Amino acid sequence: MTERYVMSIDQGTTSTRCILFDHSGRLVSVAQREHRQYFPRPGWVEHDPMEIWRNLERVAPQALAQAGASPEQIAAVGIANQRETTVLWDRITGAPIGRALVWQDTRTEGLVEELSRAPDASLVPDRTGLPLAAYFSAPRIRWMLDATPGLRGRAERGEVLVGTMESWLIWNLTGGPDGGVHVTDATNAGRTLLMDVRSLTWDDELLAFFDVPRAILPEIRSSAEVYGTARRVFPGTRIAAALGDQQAALFGQTCFSAGETKCTYGTGAFLLMNTGTTPVGSGHGLLTTVGYKIGDDPAVYALEGSIAVTGALVQWVRDGLGLIGSAPEIETLARSVEDNGGCYVVPAFSGLFAPHWRGEARGVVVGLTSYITKGHLARAVLEATGWQTREVVDAMYRDSGLGIGELKVDGGMTADNLLMQFVADVLNVPVARPMVAETVSLGAAYAAGLAVGYWADLEGLRRNWHRAARWVPSMDPHRRGAEYRNWRSAVERSLNWIRSDVAPPDHGVAAPPGRLR
Amino acid sequence: MPGPVQSIERAAAILRLLAAGTGRLGVGEIAASLGLARGTAHGILRTLERVGFVEQDRDSGKYQLGAALLHLGSSYLDVNELRSRALNWADALAARSGEAVRIGTLLEGRVLVVHHVFRPDDTLQTLDVGALLPLHATALGKALLAHDANAVAAVRGTELETFCRRTVTDHRELSRALARVRENGWAAEVEELSIGEAAIAAPIRGHGGLVVGAIGISGAVERLCDARRVPDARLVGYVRDAARAVSREFGGSRW
Repeated sequence: MTERYVMSIDQGTTSTRCILFDHSGRLVSVAQREHRQYFPRPGWVEHDPMEIWRNLERVAPQALAQAGASPEQIAAVGIANQRETTVLWDRITGAPIGRALVWQDTRTEGLVEELSRAPDASLVPDRTGLPLAAYFSAPRIRWMLDATPGLRGRAERGEVLVGTMESWLIWNLTGGPDGGVHVTDATNAGRTLLMDVRSLTWDDELLAFFDVPRAILPEIRSSAEVYGTARRVFPGTRIAAALGDQQAALFGQTCFSAGETKCTYGTGAFLLMNTGTTPVGSGHGLLTTVGYKIGDDPAVYALEGSIAVTGALVQWVRDGLGLIGSAPEIETLARSVEDNGGCYVVPAFSGLFAPHWRGEARGVVVGLTSYITKGHLARAVLEATGWQTREVVDAMYRDSGLGIGELKVDGGMTADNLLMQFVADVLNVPVARPMVAETVSLGAAYAAGLAVGYWADLEGLRRNWHRAARWVPSMDPHRRGAEYRNWRSAVERSLNWIRSDVAPPDHGVAAPPGRLR
Repeated sequence: MPGPVQSIERAAAILRLLAAGTGRLGVGEIAASLGLARGTAHGILRTLERVGFVEQDRDSGKYQLGAALLHLGSSYLDVNELRSRALNWADALAARSGEAVRIGTLLEGRVLVVHHVFRPDDTLQTLDVGALLPLHATALGKALLAHDANAVAAVRGTELETFCRRTVTDHRELSRALARVRENGWAAEVEELSIGEAAIAAPIRGHGGLVVGAIGISGAVERLCDARRVPDARLVGYVRDAARAVSREFGGSRW
């Protein structure tokens, strides 16, 4: 019998990757291509949707060729995508209308501020579980409709379609202007500010609030079902899953039960906790989001907390201070001393994100004495990631009442043993790294494979998850408590730095999310 | 005896030239100073840059001595860098072989475990990064020893500790075993460190073939070896593939 695979497409912020997985969830082949980042003005970030589509046309055949597989051997295709990046295109010609506005783009901040003064602005957090912020898609759609002459009329006549990257790719794969399927999934739709987080449908009042015509929106489907059959690139293959990248990572880490939590450590970090089948509002600056929805099963929700600066702090030590030649050397430097020597670094480079949401905070190094060496500073740098993780986990506990038994981690920083041990120490729970590091791609593959019966059920997927490493807490509780108090004092000292009477905050600073329910 | 190698003489002249001044020099200045064609000077500079002996300034395009020259005497590869860049390949090896993976480097006459991936069966296992293993009784150690004349010299004349009946304790026997490792490109250990355990390892090479570490699998002897206690060829293949893949990360492309 010929081997069958599941194909995963990860349409990310910097590249588009195609990975084939086998039945044991093992990576069989990888192909990747980066796309250009456009920065037309300060705070503006754009991608060319056609370039991304062409990249998919190249990487998918490459991944097949590497594995020596034909499209007939692909049981299903799943897509994970950069979230909130928004593209509009012409339904008749298939041509994008302008470039895609990327999630990092802050051009809608003014618009969002204006919208937030509307009397019914509380509608947004109440219905969506998310704060009214420039981070999400609806203000981008509104901005494009306002900024492009004649576009609103065309949109209302149904000549224009909108979507996040998965919608754009699925529409093109299934035929484009010639019968393309216009769909999104609940995890992506849930990041627009237009979807009711409970009913998982477009909400008329939210559409009116943002003045977005319903005709341009894709149909909201589950995260794992057959949306259609590809007619291009890999003709005849079923497209059977779509998830936002962080939700895909949650799924790829097999966090299927309430309380199970994953953290992806990159430039910044994203923690997501499965909170079960009812949405949990946050009083501590976390986002309420759809974790995944498998076919007709009830949706599973998650709390999300993001940390702006984790790996970026190590990069700063490398590029800004020149203390190390490569990022992994931070561990070598940190191990040259026994402890932090009383030094703490709060990397509030553009304010503090969850759970503080203090845009006016700025980074501080505190506890300096003549005793402090670069080794102590390196320790403090790594410890900052540990304490920021602890703060988000504490907020998740307060919001959900769910404790975590083990933190599942992925991302580049998991190669740092000192850091992973420190995270286990300060959370006082074990930290585990899975064997397949590509959890985003794996999550999309799992969802697609489930939809077509390649994998039978969630339990089968759980059996594919294998621990590659595990760090067990070993810190003395008194020391943990004392260090946490010191960290919180350091955070106190980072606050109220940028004063509104002096200068406006620069671009990309933390925006307070407001109260969610 | 073959004559002097011209390109090495020229490379040495370039390094002397760069060391003599305080600032940076452009490729044109270097070529003119040494009477070399611009393309020749450029080719040598690119090679020296690859091995870290010179660095090119991003803005001006000019060259200066590289940091690697200053640390010529100390270990040139950071072990955390080694782990970070080997991570995906070590995971893939564990997934393919179904066995635990370790990466080791030489440290003061022993093997320092710098990376450890659990055997993918979800049994309780403990990370042993930082552990020190004997060179002569482990596959990782033999893979390292076979490619490091200094380490061999350090071991010579010392007593080789016995861990099991099959531990190689005779120096001549060890020499023969190391010669086989060099010939085969991989090393094995079959019940030499602990009863019932076997391991297979292969060297990780950097620029110019310098061995910077070893990667290997270990597990029950009946899973790793056949009835004649010979390591399974399929598993040996996986280990060598992984070693080659990690070597490519460090510029050891020929192996």
